[in-house]
Amino acid sequence: MSIAIKVEKLSKSYIIKHKGESVNDSLSGVITDKIKGTLQKSKNLIKNRSSPKAKSKEEFWALNDLNFEIKRGERVGIIGHNGAGKSTLLKILSRITEPTTGRISTNGRVASLLEVGTGFHPELSGRENIYLNGAILGMHRSEIKNKFDEIISFSEVGKFLDTPVKRYSSGMYVRLAFAVAAYLESEILIVDEVLSVGDAQFQKKCLGKMQDISSEGERTVLFVSHNMQAITNLCNRAILINKGKIIQDDKASKVIQNYLMFETSKSGFIEWNNEDALGDSTIKLRGIKILDQANNIRNHFFSKSKIRIQLDFEIFKMDDLLVIGFDLTNEDGIVIFRSYHHDSKQDDWPHLKTGNNSIYYEIPAELLREGTYHISPKISLHAIKWIINSDPILSFDIELNHGVSPYWTYYNKSNRPGIISLIAPWKNVE
Amino acid sequence: MIATPQEFDLIIEPGRSEKNYWNDLWRFRELFLFMAWKDILVRYKQTVIGLAWSIIRPVLTMIVFTVIFGNLAKLPSQGVPYPILVYAAMLPWQFFSTSFSDASNSLITNSNMLTKIYFPRMIIPASTVIVNLVDFLISFAILVVLMFWYSFVPGWNILYLPFFLFLTFILSLSTGLWVAALNVKYRDFKFIVPFVVQFGLYISPVGFSSNVVGKWRLLYSLNPMVGIIDGFRCCILGGKQQQIYLPGMLLSIGMIILIAIFSVFYFRKMEKTFADVI
Repeated sequence: MSIAIKVEKLSKSYIIKHKGESVNDSLSGVITDKIKGTLQKSKNLIKNRSSPKAKSKEEFWALNDLNFEIKRGERVGIIGHNGAGKSTLLKILSRITEPTTGRISTNGRVASLLEVGTGFHPELSGRENIYLNGAILGMHRSEIKNKFDEIISFSEVGKFLDTPVKRYSSGMYVRLAFAVAAYLESEILIVDEVLSVGDAQFQKKCLGKMQDISSEGERTVLFVSHNMQAITNLCNRAILINKGKIIQDDKASKVIQNYLMFETSKSGFIEWNNEDALGDSTIKLRGIKILDQANNIRNHFFSKSKIRIQLDFEIFKMDDLLVIGFDLTNEDGIVIFRSYHHDSKQDDWPHLKTGNNSIYYEIPAELLREGTYHISPKISLHAIKWIINSDPILSFDIELNHGVSPYWTYYNKSNRPGIISLIAPWKNVE
Repeated sequence: MIATPQEFDLIIEPGRSEKNYWNDLWRFRELFLFMAWKDILVRYKQTVIGLAWSIIRPVLTMIVFTVIFGNLAKLPSQGVPYPILVYAAMLPWQFFSTSFSDASNSLITNSNMLTKIYFPRMIIPASTVIVNLVDFLISFAILVVLMFWYSFVPGWNILYLPFFLFLTFILSLSTGLWVAALNVKYRDFKFIVPFVVQFGLYISPVGFSSNVVGKWRLLYSLNPMVGIIDGFRCCILGGKQQQIYLPGMLLSIGMIILIAIFSVFYFRKMEKTFADVI
């Protein structure tokens, strides 16, 4: 089979400036820095010292010596934590930014979809935006014309076609944006986390469409997602990246299992210091703890006991739209449920305040089956944007002991199918 | 089995994009047209009088200049109606200055496209210049109205007008590219550009004829807009009084060529880092 993408010794470095130094990229900053530098040099000359190596700048290797080949028709998932280098890789593949060293060779028309709705203009109507966005994604006018009706029917915005998109609901906007992208024709398709938008039903539709797209013909797909299920469904191969290097390159299911097993913390808690805490200027996650009823940190539980998931975070700017929660994922990467702090009725919500907060959720007892489970923190501004949309980063084990029947005890716990093990009594119909 | 070397369509390497660049520019011509079309559509959306703005701005400025320079300062107009003298210069100046300031912001306002999609980045500032070219053509209609009003008949010179329009276009595009690239890295230009535009209006012979400058005229022609405005006046007004001052004209054209080469070079150099620094 011929090769569609060949990556050789690919590296990308960024220069990062450290705190304390003025991060001054304005004109005056550059000028004063130059003057300061010269002054420093002359001072050093006078004092007869060699100038100390500037420590204020540091090279950061977002990608470090990547090598892989992708054959025509392969569908490859790229997984890794936030900041692992996935997006940088996609950006280089889509020619948005240049590599520092190395080379990529591709064969076939490349289309990349790093975001849905890039270049949508709020003042233009749905119809006009379809043409504009199509052109931005590299479609020809005739192509768009041919697929226009399909795009409309997929997006379900039919009668609002001539309304400016600024009047659209956010759901309609996303649907239209995805619909244009879904009909992009190319031999190689590069897709970044674009399915995490819209409502659940539409997400499902998009995922189905993605499956159709990738299975038709000899199309090569590169797919980044935090949704392990989507990767399992779509991809036959996965590449795990961490700190800019390839950790594993194998069958998708194998890589995902490995990723969930070895890339998560098993100590029962994670704490971050200021530097690498997840979050933005609104909120930063300080730590996650898995606790038992007596508030001890643990990573191993019996299914009979409740499990507390505690999130510690600091709010800098209080926002009523803040949504804090997590996904509970099993070892196959299937999300068992997602919980948000405002799921219950409003009186029961925990109180959030500016400054440090600690809230917890209790996973009910007698629910989970034997196995390993993972926590992925999720924090967002409701229906506006993700602040933290992380992969699993913390895990714990469950040992089944809530089976009370002699036929289903923890001695014969693993031979029954199902994602959870919920016990409820059977009764005679009166 | 011996692996046969495979042919690849595209190779991405540091510094490689140079070779495909002009090909790409051609390949993305549809995007260029769409961008320009979008900018034209969007420009006067949700304004009450819409396109009339592209007429009102130069007309009002013309009236003010006519009153100040023609009626109050009584500068010589060499026998042509002062409003036409001003308006003939107003046209290229308006085209240049709005293109220049629109282009300077264009990359930043489209920054999400720069970081998500590949295309030759020149398309964005270039499309804003195209939009202003359309505005230029609309305000040109007013000139025709003015000529009827003053019963002023232009000479054969007017056939040279496209050449000077072309020069204005090149100057607008190249300075626009240059300042757009600078603005990506140094936002200081957000403040510098309006200042340059305001200042430029007074150091270019818009409100007066460049004969007023006298013996400094050659030096004055270092400002490329001097050559362009003189050219426009010569074409539109004609007559002996508007004879082109050849050394000055050549100097201005030379400046435009220099600026164009430098700007394209600079833009190409900075372009690769746009997505990283914006």
